[in-house]
Amino acid sequence: MRLQSIKDAWRDTANVIRRVIGVPDYDRYVSHLRSHHPNAHPMTRDEFILQRQADRYSKPGARCC
Amino acid sequence: MPKVFRAAVWVLIAVLAAAAFARLAASRGETINAAWLLTAAICSYAIAYRFYSKFIAAKIFALDPSRTTPAVRLDDGRDFVPTNRWVVFGHHFAAIAGPGPLVGPTLAAQFGFLPGVIWIVVGVALGGAVQDFVILASSVRRNGKSLGQMAREEIGPIAGVTALVAVLGIMIVLLAVLALVVVNALKSSPWGTVTIGLTIPIAMLMGVYLRWIRPGRVLEASAMGIVAIIAALYVGQWVSAQPSMAAMFTLSGGALAITIMIYAFAASVAPVWLLLAPRDYLSAFVKIAVVLALAVGIIVSLPPLQMPAVTRFIDGSGPVFAGKVFPFAFITIACGAISGFHALVASGTTPKMLEKESDARMVGYGSMLMESFVAVMALIAACALTPGVYFAINAPAGAIGTTAASAAEAVRNWGFVLDPAEMQRLATQVGETSLLSRTGGAPSLALGMAHLFSNVLGGGAAMALWYHFAIMFEALFILTTLDAGTRVGRFMLQDLGRHVWAPFGRVSWYPAVVMSSALIVAMWGHFLYQGVIDPLGGINSLWPLFGISNQLLATVALCVGTTIIIKMGKARYSWVTMLPLAWLTLVTMTAGWEKLFSPDVKLGFLSHAHLIEGQVAANALPAAIKTLADARRVIFNDYLDAAVAAFFMVSVVVILADSVREWVAVLGGRKPTVSSEVPFDAQVAVAGD
Repeated sequence: MRLQSIKDAWRDTANVIRRVIGVPDYDRYVSHLRSHHPNAHPMTRDEFILQRQADRYSKPGARCC
Repeated sequence: MPKVFRAAVWVLIAVLAAAAFARLAASRGETINAAWLLTAAICSYAIAYRFYSKFIAAKIFALDPSRTTPAVRLDDGRDFVPTNRWVVFGHHFAAIAGPGPLVGPTLAAQFGFLPGVIWIVVGVALGGAVQDFVILASSVRRNGKSLGQMAREEIGPIAGVTALVAVLGIMIVLLAVLALVVVNALKSSPWGTVTIGLTIPIAMLMGVYLRWIRPGRVLEASAMGIVAIIAALYVGQWVSAQPSMAAMFTLSGGALAITIMIYAFAASVAPVWLLLAPRDYLSAFVKIAVVLALAVGIIVSLPPLQMPAVTRFIDGSGPVFAGKVFPFAFITIACGAISGFHALVASGTTPKMLEKESDARMVGYGSMLMESFVAVMALIAACALTPGVYFAINAPAGAIGTTAASAAEAVRNWGFVLDPAEMQRLATQVGETSLLSRTGGAPSLALGMAHLFSNVLGGGAAMALWYHFAIMFEALFILTTLDAGTRVGRFMLQDLGRHVWAPFGRVSWYPAVVMSSALIVAMWGHFLYQGVIDPLGGINSLWPLFGISNQLLATVALCVGTTIIIKMGKARYSWVTMLPLAWLTLVTMTAGWEKLFSPDVKLGFLSHAHLIEGQVAANALPAAIKTLADARRVIFNDYLDAAVAAFFMVSVVVILADSVREWVAVLGGRKPTVSSEVPFDAQVAVAGD
């Protein structure tokens, strides 16, 4: 049980780090589509990440000096 | 009595802030500890956040946690994703913090620490953090609209177009000056050049790993990347110790400038996943780690500030950059006090992530206070160096000559002490051949950081590693900015160009991509090259241009903010944005005017051009300009810089005039006082999701 809580804590921390540095959240995207648009076809992980990255670096609003 | 107790705590914090500022201002002739500077800054931030940001949140926007945000309303799992406020805070901070808040305060240290710290702290509380917060809250109320869209819709089409062109102009100057900082840091430094060079294949390996070997394992790849860049640090050291290999990687400024242009072009047309995205992850990690390490280093070692509170250079005779403390301290320190560029981030990714609109206060105002603290730390690192060393590193060869003896002589004439042997000892200690005239701020900041870090970990023996670690970290995110900036510039250029020739706008048509990227690189590359060959060192003319352009963008943002506040029917509170707007207008217009028309040839572009023209006519060129063709190029560049400064000034006037017209129309009743925000709809609590 101890080990489990350490694992959970690490998973949560890792998730926070990923979001902070701007890694696209594929799992959330899929669960969003499943619950809100059950008939839509989700992109694959690869497609999703490429699409998010292309979008992030095409506008001046993602970073600064 | 908890209420009384809380009030007492806040009074105590206010007294502490005031006492610390008084102590800083009263210091004359004796060194003062950095603890005073930290206290003044942190206590002021606490008060500004607790009272001023709350006032703005409550009185102007009436931020309401139950009001639905665009992230919730338009949630698509991609662009719009409701996110925990601490995560948004970190993400927003990582996006706004870059080399800007590190370089600006380092350069402005030539005036002493007092002008810098006053502007950083007061500027952020009443200007920079207000701008970021107001733009973020306005964008959240408008489904995450961008600054350009808001300028067009709230003020008018003229303001919209000016904002768009201004952003492109700022990008060009920004990329040029940042590239120049890297060039000056790597010039004649085989260690630095090899280490930075190696970060490129390391990032590409990460990209390949993330795409094909273990897709999506970003933390794993980043951990390996961090180990690899630390190894690259040692490889660089090893190379610099082998005479034959060291010679191969000892590059001149010109060669480095060309290399960086080729690199940025290649990187900006390469796929994002291969280089840009993995290096951005890496630099976000390194950025946050270094900010934390810098804070620990400063708090643990609490260095005495060797620089006087105010130096004689406030009269405008400074060697680092020309111009008096007013307006140039306020131009030189942009990021850290107020940075217009942040308005693009605050109206870009961030408003689409906020879970509750009340989080805008912590994310918008709070992150900017954090960035301001980074600027304060950079100022401390610069002022902890002895003034003699600081000026020997940051003054161009035109001011101090090229030998340690001539530098010591020049520094002595300015009233500071420099032992020529000390400069050589420092250079050897950090593994460089020379530290003289390494302008641009990065080397002196790296030296300051190496001092602080080696106090905490490793001692004097680790100085060289810490120095090159600091150089690598600055270069890492400058290179990321260069290729991301070139890419964004390309998209903007294509978007403008499609009105002239439709195929130019096709983002997936390779010839158009190559052409527009080459054009962007050529534009900033021109300014970069001009800076490299400039006998006054380039930073001297380019950094003020960057500051003016960044403050121009802040002017746009504050005009948009003021217009929105007036249209909300809150004109009685519009002084909140008008106050920093008035100050910035005064500062940018004065600085622009002086850069154009000052008779001082170090300051005024036109008078410098006339001087060289006279020398050409009299056939008496100075030693630093060797041929007639070089002289013509210097003259051309002076006129170009003058034109750019004039363009920024005209843009300020246009935006301001257009905004005032709109304000008068609304306040005079000729236009209805109608806010364009999305009407209130209450947040419905959704379990899970």
